[in-house]
Amino acid sequence: MASLRDIKGRITSTKKTMQITKAMEMVSASKLNRAEQNAKSFVPYMEKMQEVVASIASGNTGADHPMLKSRPVKKTGYIVITADRGLAGAYNSNVLRKVYSVIQERHQSTDEYAVIVIGKVGRDFFKKRNIPIAKEITGLADQPAFADIQAIASETVDMYANEEVDELYMYYNHYVSAISQVVTEKKLLPLTDINPDGGQKLTSYEYEPDEKEILNVLLPQYAESLIYGALLDGKASEHAARMTAMKNATDNAGEMIDSLTLSYNRARQASITQEISEIVSGAAALE
Amino acid sequence: MKTLTVSVVTPDGPVLEDQYEMVSCKAESGELGILPGHIPLVAPLTISAVRLKKDNKTEKIAVSGGFLEVRPDKVTVLAQAAEKPSDIDVDRARRAKERAERRLQAKQDDIDFKRAELALKRALNRLDVAQNG
Repeated sequence: MASLRDIKGRITSTKKTMQITKAMEMVSASKLNRAEQNAKSFVPYMEKMQEVVASIASGNTGADHPMLKSRPVKKTGYIVITADRGLAGAYNSNVLRKVYSVIQERHQSTDEYAVIVIGKVGRDFFKKRNIPIAKEITGLADQPAFADIQAIASETVDMYANEEVDELYMYYNHYVSAISQVVTEKKLLPLTDINPDGGQKLTSYEYEPDEKEILNVLLPQYAESLIYGALLDGKASEHAARMTAMKNATDNAGEMIDSLTLSYNRARQASITQEISEIVSGAAALE
Repeated sequence: MKTLTVSVVTPDGPVLEDQYEMVSCKAESGELGILPGHIPLVAPLTISAVRLKKDNKTEKIAVSGGFLEVRPDKVTVLAQAAEKPSDIDVDRARRAKERAERRLQAKQDDIDFKRAELALKRALNRLDVAQNG
């Protein structure tokens, strides 16, 4: 049996760990709140955007833009959204495992794809496996502003426009609730699935100067905002995942402290009993 | 006087929503003035100030890229960034302006040049709106 001092040391160290995980849990909870708000304030922009894009894309069959048309795929781009840090449960590994298996399944050679990665964990993962990284961005704020990712988003969309890649997929954790996040695959470009939801009536617009010009401005902006939307979603999931992971860690630490305290008390009692019996037997020997 | 609802939304959230009598802005094809009852219209905007008129007063909003969606009773500006004069960080805009000017003088390749040019436009637009808003 471990000595009293050993057990005591373990209890104090577990208590300290618990304090840290508890603090991290609370920090993540408040970050999650903010992230949820950010995602919410992004919704009106996205909805409006979708509405206009849908009405242009579906209203006129004459609308014609490289971003709306599929072309033969020579190279595929994958946008992967991960966190910069671990300690978030299965958040990173879920997404990475999914992307990795998809890549293994679809491609034979590294010429056929490139990865655009957001977050340190993802970058290290792909570097280690010699997967070509086209672009990377790390050290994003917990509450990223659109300006923070605009550069990488527009570069990515440019890659498609310049025919460096012929299709783009996005992988990220979709935030369902604080305890559930689902890895989601989304086809970003070409934009083939723009459909107005629920057959709502679309306004037919006048275009100034003409449709083509509008699409030139609108579609890249639309694609960029889809990336930003995915990032906000991913951030909310990250904070939720970290919060849950830290909550579990705190609970586990609590359990461990309980059981350690129990064995500490047992050991203490055992040593007292032993001392008493030593004294009694000593006294008996004197008589 | 008839009014129309104007809302300015960016990816970082709505910037403004209110009733105005007239909206004038600079689209890529030229100046546009919109009064209530306008036919539905979509037009891309340049980096410029959107001017909103109400009760003989004009408010300015600095808009960086994006477009304008018009309906008879509602105007929506969808921009990647938009700020009211009071929200503009003048120091930051000034720094951005200096940075962009330095880059333009350093003559790099085309892409950087274009980017610096756009950054300069954005900074000048912000400064203009902040000072004359």
